[in-house]
Amino acid sequence: MRNESEKNDLTQPTSVIKRLRYLVMSLAMGIFFWQLLTLVLDLPAFILPGPGLVWRRFLQSLTDGQLYQHTLVTLYEILAGLFIGGLAATSLGYLLAKSSTLEKLLSPYLVASQSMPVVAIAPLLVIWFGPGMLSKIIICSLTVFFPILINTLIGLREVPQDLRNLMRTLEANPFQTFWKLEVPAALPVYLGGLRVGATLAVIGAVVGELVGADRGLGFLINVGRGQYDTALVFVALFTLIITAMALYGLVLFIETRLLSWQYWRQGKR
Amino acid sequence: MNSSPEPALQVHNLGVTFRDASGVVHALHDLSFSLPPNGFVSLIGPSGSGKSTLLKVVAGLVPPTHGSVRFSPDHSKIGMVFQKANLMPWRRVIDNISLPLELKGLPREDIHAQAQELIRLVGLEGFENAYPRDLSGGMAQRVAIARSLMQDPDILLLDEPFGALDALTRERMGDELLYIWQARRKTVLLVTHSIPEAIYLSDQVLALSSRPGSIVLDLPVHLPRPRTPEMRYSEIFSELTHTLRDTLHEDNGLVQ
Repeated sequence: MRNESEKNDLTQPTSVIKRLRYLVMSLAMGIFFWQLLTLVLDLPAFILPGPGLVWRRFLQSLTDGQLYQHTLVTLYEILAGLFIGGLAATSLGYLLAKSSTLEKLLSPYLVASQSMPVVAIAPLLVIWFGPGMLSKIIICSLTVFFPILINTLIGLREVPQDLRNLMRTLEANPFQTFWKLEVPAALPVYLGGLRVGATLAVIGAVVGELVGADRGLGFLINVGRGQYDTALVFVALFTLIITAMALYGLVLFIETRLLSWQYWRQGKR
Repeated sequence: MNSSPEPALQVHNLGVTFRDASGVVHALHDLSFSLPPNGFVSLIGPSGSGKSTLLKVVAGLVPPTHGSVRFSPDHSKIGMVFQKANLMPWRRVIDNISLPLELKGLPREDIHAQAQELIRLVGLEGFENAYPRDLSGGMAQRVAIARSLMQDPDILLLDEPFGALDALTRERMGDELLYIWQARRKTVLLVTHSIPEAIYLSDQVLALSSRPGSIVLDLPVHLPRPRTPEMRYSEIFSELTHTLRDTLHEDNGLVQ
């Protein structure tokens, strides 16, 4: 797992510039059609604000510190939820992979917990843990828990038996088997789970905030809606999208780094 | 069999029984043989004769139900090569080869120096930094052999190491294996289902019956060393081939 950047297409400077150029073009196109739509339909600003208005509202909420403050709250909830939920899911996943008895005992509960959407119990959690960040962190943890647990379990189960035998003939101790075999072998599947978890964490946090909160981007959406400040709703939505994309990109970046042995070959072919 | 003072490995009255989905399986029955030090012995038998099970018992991966497996005190280190190259896809060639010593906690520079030497021995110079994905089957198997030599084993256990290769590559790998064996002086136990391969490579060929596997023929191979490809056309070679083939077919006929 060394640096392979010079062979990795995704990180080559020329290709990054090329990708950026397309991104800028597609953004410009989107804004153009949005502007066109507002001009043609001529709707009041509280139904569909134009890009100019949203941009001014964005600058305003940026300068008064409002946007920054609420984004930070939501981001904190997401990251804390991802961390706590991820840690719990990874540990439990490891234990379940090691003991099929434990898996058989717990799997009915795990499946049952999944048939109940976390969105549905969000109001309950807000009642129990208050409108502050704690209830959102719990909602986030619960949403990310299952995909990460499952992927930990599958990743570890799929470690080839022949490689386990190899480690045994080489007299590897359990710690070495863990770090030099199980972790790298399970990592591709595990990181896939983390990527899904990162996306779900954003949803979890916003759902929690929409149900009842005194801070955060979901709260900001509610405020904008209540005041017919639709431009503010748009600002909050865009910030959410960018946050979710950045988070997804971060996990993807970690993946390409840690799994360079996989991406290297894909880039070559 | 050679009349050497102490065998490197002694298998005595070995029996293995295990349970699988279809019930109780008697994989091996009352099986005894010994490996002379620095000898090259092949195990041959029909599919399902428990050859691989036997190798796993010797490697300590499967416990014996009856009997014993005893190593001489100066032949306790084992290297194993599996049917598939069994490399770690996330490790480069050199890091795959380094693994056994890495697990022993040796300093990195020493490990890499030794790995480099083995890469030269198996003819993989220039591929040190390649990932297993980019290797052909023969190259991957060479990496696996180099890895098994890394901890300088006394006994090398090879479980159909060339089974997945095409015929030509297979013969070339056999010659390379002999070259390595002569350069490093190991005791080798090879499992194969190729009759010519067993004869060409070995000092002694043990033929196993079908399940439950036991030894039906212990055939010494008196071909001079070093072996050369022309020996495959010699009188002795074809005689040995006939003997082995007849034994294996006869046994199969009796069972059916």
